Amino acid sequence: MEEDAIKVSPTSTELAEATPSGPEPPWRRRPLEAYAELALEWLIRLCGVSAILFVFGIFFFVFREGAGMLFGKLDLLRFLFTKEWYPTSLSNVRYGVLALIIGTGSVTVLAMAIAVPFGLGAAIFVSEFCSGRVKETLKIVIELLAAIPSVVWGFIGISVMNPLIQELFDASIGLNVLNGALLLALMSVPIMVSIGEDALKAVPDSHREAALALGSTRWQTIYRVLLPSAKNGLLAAVLLGVGRAVGETMAVLMATGHSLNIPRSVLDPVRTLTATIAAELGEASVGSDHYQVLFVIGILLFTITFFVNLAADLVVKGIKKQ
Amino acid sequence: MSRLRLSLLCLSLATLSAAGCKKTQEAGAGQGLRIQDIGSDTMVNLAQAWAEAYAAVHPEVSVEVSGGGSGVGIAALINGTADIANASRQLEPAELERARQARREPIEHIVGFDGLAIYVHKNNPLEQISIEQLSQIYAENGKIDSWSELGVKVPGAKSDEIVRVSRQNNSGTYAYFREHVVGKKSDFKFGSLDMNGSKEVVELVGRTPGAIGYSGFGYATSAVKFLRVSKTKDGPGVLPSLQTVQDKSYPISRPMFMFTPPNPARHVTDYLSWITSGAGQKIVEATGYVPLSKG
Repeated sequence: MEEDAIKVSPTSTELAEATPSGPEPPWRRRPLEAYAELALEWLIRLCGVSAILFVFGIFFFVFREGAGMLFGKLDLLRFLFTKEWYPTSLSNVRYGVLALIIGTGSVTVLAMAIAVPFGLGAAIFVSEFCSGRVKETLKIVIELLAAIPSVVWGFIGISVMNPLIQELFDASIGLNVLNGALLLALMSVPIMVSIGEDALKAVPDSHREAALALGSTRWQTIYRVLLPSAKNGLLAAVLLGVGRAVGETMAVLMATGHSLNIPRSVLDPVRTLTATIAAELGEASVGSDHYQVLFVIGILLFTITFFVNLAADLVVKGIKKQ
Repeated sequence: MSRLRLSLLCLSLATLSAAGCKKTQEAGAGQGLRIQDIGSDTMVNLAQAWAEAYAAVHPEVSVEVSGGGSGVGIAALINGTADIANASRQLEPAELERARQARREPIEHIVGFDGLAIYVHKNNPLEQISIEQLSQIYAENGKIDSWSELGVKVPGAKSDEIVRVSRQNNSGTYAYFREHVVGKKSDFKFGSLDMNGSKEVVELVGRTPGAIGYSGFGYATSAVKFLRVSKTKDGPGVLPSLQTVQDKSYPISRPMFMFTPPNPARHVTDYLSWITSGAGQKIVEATGYVPLSKG
């Protein structure tokens, strides 16, 4: 509170100087400050509420556009459990998203299998083994990794990873689950590192000191003391990484081959839910069945990410209680 | 000192803004004729080339080109945001119905032709393919899945499987290929790689030895080659080229359309007649498409 007063006072004296009629009596200044504070308070309150408004607004919009199909013609069981996706067929229109769900699932699972060891390993390294300049540099570089636009990742997937995967794995096509998963792993590692590092930092130093005093090695300290006490935070880091992977669009559209397919190996091309929306919504005529079904896919994605985020949230809440 | 600098800054700002005003006024003097040209991704390069060349002849008209697909262009034309819609297909019944309701039934102009080439990797020994074979490769119940069934082995390909490269299911090229090759009543075989652009198809075929794909013949690169296409299994194969598309001996070619609203503005009709004139058609040829035949 006192700090605030110090910060405010220079501006008010400047104001007073600017007015030609000399310094104002203090009783006149006060209402202005009071109003400014009130306005600022409301502005901040509005900012806070706006996030809720936007989320519900988006949810309402996506739901309204898809509701016609969702509660009407669409046979939900066939929608979820058949693989044939022929929305523009002239003879036999079929809306089945099983292949898309499996596509998203396979890419996400493989991405996490790659990203979790790397992400958590990097978090442990940054938090426990680095100090000073090395730590700062590493953190900056990792944050830089998060700033690379996903279309650039996609481009790398097409032009660098594609021939590399064909060469190394003897694959007939380089745009496949593995390619997409590697990109997604690289994209979700920075999130895992920064959140995981925060979680490890939150473990009190007395724990580390106690472990060392008992004669444990560094590895034992990490494995037996740090990981158990930071497990909620680390789990949250992983779940947020999953959310990122499920929702990513551009990179997977470019790197997975965009092929309706039930993959039999990681070297098969697939197509994801998000990429389907991105590729087809532009040309689906507004209000048509195809358009509405794409919005139902949107609702499906919303549901998936909602549950992932909810899980992450509950886990984080768990940490605070500890 | 600082006051002087401030006044200098003000002065320069003032002159700058005055100059800015003058400029916009000059642009306004040419009545600012604009043509919004939206649509087919197949035609976007061509439309851009036309717009640039036309700017040199008629600087008072600015043509703004954007892609998005035939469907996007037609939708924009119907709701009035486009002056010209580029399309690599005709209007679908549903679109025609909506245009009628909006009282904006489009007028069709054929502005050139596009030969749909069948691309394979440059190392592929196959030279010729028939429409029937293509249908067997691409159609949902088609029988051909491997290169050995076509009697070849592709050097560098990791497996015998034919990697089918196709387009996303709402592109004009996809619809055309389905209607004229796959079969009007059938669908594409499950598991094709559905690219989002003509160029992407050719690029992917160029990077994948075991792949086959279809795309405009103007997109050829040194990493791919055309197949001769024959109407029947043992018929003579024809390579896509200017002559073969123009004399219709190449079996898979299609007209490219530009649609305008029922009563287009004068500068729009002028633009269209320039496009179909010799100068406009020369650009069609230069960008890898086939001009309207003379006469």
